[in-house]
Amino acid sequence: MAEHTSLQRSQSISKPPSAGDIFTNNAFRALTLAFTWGIVLLLAYILFRIGGKAIPAVKEYGFSLLTGTTWDVNNRTFGILPEIWGTLYSSMLALLLGGFFGVTIAIFLTQNFLPRTLETILRSIIELLAAIPSVVYGLWGIFVLIPLIRPLADFLNAHFSWIPFFSTSLSGPGMFPAALVLSIMILPTVAAISQDAFRAIPRKTVEAAFGMGTTRWEAILRVMLPTAAGGIFGALVLGLGRALGETMALAMLVGNSNQISLSVFAPANTLAALLALNFPEAGDTEIAVLMFAACVLLLITLLVNMLGALIINRTGMKR
Amino acid sequence: MDTTVTPVANDAALDSTEIALDCQADQIFYSDFLAVRDSHVPIARNQITGFIGPSGCGKSTVLKSINRMNDLIPGFRFEGKVHFHGVDIYDKKVDPVAVRRNIGMVFQQPNPFSMSIYENVAFGLRLNRYKGNMDEKVEKALVGAALWNEVKDKLKNNGLSLSGGQQQRLCIARAIATEPRILLMDEPCSALDPIATRQIEELMVQLKEHFTVAIVTHNMQQAMRVADQTAFFAVDISRGGRTGYLVEMGATKELFEDPQEQLTKEYLHGEFS
Repeated sequence: MAEHTSLQRSQSISKPPSAGDIFTNNAFRALTLAFTWGIVLLLAYILFRIGGKAIPAVKEYGFSLLTGTTWDVNNRTFGILPEIWGTLYSSMLALLLGGFFGVTIAIFLTQNFLPRTLETILRSIIELLAAIPSVVYGLWGIFVLIPLIRPLADFLNAHFSWIPFFSTSLSGPGMFPAALVLSIMILPTVAAISQDAFRAIPRKTVEAAFGMGTTRWEAILRVMLPTAAGGIFGALVLGLGRALGETMALAMLVGNSNQISLSVFAPANTLAALLALNFPEAGDTEIAVLMFAACVLLLITLLVNMLGALIINRTGMKR
Repeated sequence: MDTTVTPVANDAALDSTEIALDCQADQIFYSDFLAVRDSHVPIARNQITGFIGPSGCGKSTVLKSINRMNDLIPGFRFEGKVHFHGVDIYDKKVDPVAVRRNIGMVFQQPNPFSMSIYENVAFGLRLNRYKGNMDEKVEKALVGAALWNEVKDKLKNNGLSLSGGQQQRLCIARAIATEPRILLMDEPCSALDPIATRQIEELMVQLKEHFTVAIVTHNMQQAMRVADQTAFFAVDISRGGRTGYLVEMGATKELFEDPQEQLTKEYLHGEFS
């Protein structure tokens, strides 16, 4: 206290914060804290309500909900295994394609292949892909993409049908067009976060690589990629998270058929598409089952996103 | 400390058989800016050549021109010649990548790669598609960099987990693993504490048995302790810009005890820095 008064006396202009300043400061902190916890509570509430509504279905069908492969409303038989399979399969295919192109684009846009202004322009265009509405992607898939890939699909099916992936013919909507569109949709996410990872590589590391006598290709492959690996992996996981939850484009393109097939040309179904298409006309029991499916989807995406955040944090700290 | 100073027997101009590399930098530009002029620096074989001078005098620029590291900087232009092993490395037919594989470099900041200690050292060997016994070469390089005893039980650990001084020795091991003819060091101790600095200095003196070393340092005591030959650079502001140039060069002992140029005298007496 004595110090406090001497502080006041020693200087004429500097003053301790007024009661009003302190109140504003505390109020602001309380407000932000409340909002933060509000988000956490909201997430818990969503889980609680959806989980609560799913309980009747779990009581009636038990574990067979997860393992069943038939969805027959008239016979009251429900199983979501084909949808779980379709969700994971379409997302992994999309990740394979979107991940490859996303990382390649990130390399191209960060390793001085282009003038700086062109880099910026291209980066903005790729980020614009994220702004295209899902339903537009779906329409584009139906009217442009499916006719476009049909010759290729027919060729692969005709000559390579012994490979399980090409064992059926493309009848229209199916896994392949869905995964292709999905890969374009996750491309901006993967590309943007991978670019950050490449840009975060210190200048001295780049110098070390070239100082050892690497060509540009060797520097990228042997030094940049391993150095940015953590960030790239995080980008892939976040892309996967996006792909798992995508609904509209998939509902339009995946074919909505409850079957488990390795063939990429076969129609399939995903959890999100199942929810979107079946809710409007669902009865009580079906709603409970759909709530259960929603829970499963929510848990899968939460898990993937948390894993991604964890990996990004870990690798970020190492540097 | 006396043991580290090796007086040169022949204080006259070194004859050509002893020159490992001859850098004749007539003019070095960054775009329109003339950074260095008229600097002829012969690098003597199996000796340490120190580059000293005030900041901005172009000593690092000259050093990095020797293995064409400066080619990475847009606008860089070198006029002159660097004779090395019978070729001018600025000849159009010479690939800068090949030059850098033969002339190793250690940087101001320790910059190991984010991979294991072993892989850091093996990097150059793999790059050059070395087919022999990899373990042996890695050990030899780490022994050569006086790091082996400290890391032999944790070769799988990430190179970045080491201390600053250890990281710098790891970078030296990485550079000497491919047995380059010349090792360039750009202020290798400036980011290190005094103990780590001393270790690196002792290491440099050992290194000259097998390698030819050129080192930039802003620390005159360091130049006195380790360098056999010393090149003193200064800044010329008379023509409007800040252009570095070689003032004089000679055996370290002579340069420090009996400098020929007034500018060298003033610098060594600490009248400017």
